Amino acid sequence: MNFNATLIGQSITFIFFVWFCMKFVWPPVMNALETRKKQIADGLAAADRGKHELELAAKKAGDNMRDAKAQAAEVIAQAEKRAAQIIEEAKTAAKEEGDRQLAAAQANIAQETNRARESLREQVAGLAVAGAEKILRREVNAQTHADLLGQLKAEL
Amino acid sequence: MATEYASSGEYIKHHLQNLTYGQLPPGFERHDAHGNVEVLQQATWTFAHGAEEVKAMGFWSINVDSMVFSIGLGLIFLFLFRMAAKKATTGVPAGLQNFVEWVVEFIDSSVRGSFSHQNPLVAPLALTVFMWVFLMNAMDLLPVDWLPYAAAASGIPYMKIVPSTDPNVTFGMSLSIFFLVLYYSVKMKGAGGFFSELAFQPFPKFLFPVNLLLEGVGLIAKPISLALRLFGNMYAGEMIFILIALMFGGGWILALFGGALQWAWAVFHILIITLQAFIFMTLTIVYLDMAHAEHH
Repeated sequence: MNFNATLIGQSITFIFFVWFCMKFVWPPVMNALETRKKQIADGLAAADRGKHELELAAKKAGDNMRDAKAQAAEVIAQAEKRAAQIIEEAKTAAKEEGDRQLAAAQANIAQETNRARESLREQVAGLAVAGAEKILRREVNAQTHADLLGQLKAEL
Repeated sequence: MATEYASSGEYIKHHLQNLTYGQLPPGFERHDAHGNVEVLQQATWTFAHGAEEVKAMGFWSINVDSMVFSIGLGLIFLFLFRMAAKKATTGVPAGLQNFVEWVVEFIDSSVRGSFSHQNPLVAPLALTVFMWVFLMNAMDLLPVDWLPYAAAASGIPYMKIVPSTDPNVTFGMSLSIFFLVLYYSVKMKGAGGFFSELAFQPFPKFLFPVNLLLEGVGLIAKPISLALRLFGNMYAGEMIFILIALMFGGGWILALFGGALQWAWAVFHILIITLQAFIFMTLTIVYLDMAHAEHH
């Protein structure tokens, strides 16, 4: 072992290397590492937050769904009720209309019957008078038997 | 491979010799390979040939190979990491950035585990120590003869490619760390606080010379043990590689056996180089943590 000026040269070199490393190598690398660490931490936190939000949204969606289902059921029930009501009303109206038409038809029929009866009566009375006239033309004065004929007409 | 040398001893010596540049004093006798002697008339700046010349050059000489390889490896580390740092995105990392982030996070968790104070210097320091020492140690995995032979072929007489087998390199780092420890000790506790930590424990105050001796030795032992541990491990590992390489000159059976041994030792060394880099880094953090602590 012999020592010479290499010792001094090495010390200077060493000091320079350490200085360079401290100034230009360590800080940027450490900086990148720290920043990445922070980014990863942020990313994980964001993922957690996202998961939490997803849970909340799922819960909210479930609530909404339940509300909507309840509402739909209510609407359906109302509609059914309304439909039944409408059917009932329609039934009543139809029955009323039918009754009304039946009554009108019956009235009509009665009227027609009366009219036919009147005309029949007229005709029968006419026929009876005509027959009687033919029979009695010779022996009976029409005027004297008018009362009789009128009586007969009322009986028909 | 060792056959080109006069003896295996010379082969080993050659492989453990740094490429040293320095000034030889006037009157120095240089022996070249052919046994000729040249007496220098005046002080000469040159590369050292052999351990004697290194010794003669004294302190003001420099191990060119250690400097070149350590600085080159350090620059590779800084270049790669700087590139990744510049392009660092917060998105999904890929390729180089992934690797760099992996290393940085590993260092960061080590620092967080062992260092309980606030200091922006410690983590980059630990990263530099770990990566630099690791890369310097990793040079050990290259077969011991490749680069030295390539260097010899291009006229460079010596080439020690593992900078951490040069005590100058390990001590250069550990002493820098030691000065940081002293600086932060004084800064955090004040000069008086630091002195009382050294002088007034573990024994009662009236025994302060004993305390001072004990704690002083403990303090000095930190950088020395730090540097020697790394140096010793890498030097011994390199030595074993060299000894294995000696087998390649001893016939094909021995060479085959040597090849198997070299592979096994290299695999084991992958653990050693990482472990040594990690230990150096961890102890650096721990020493600095102790410097920051009020009482330990």
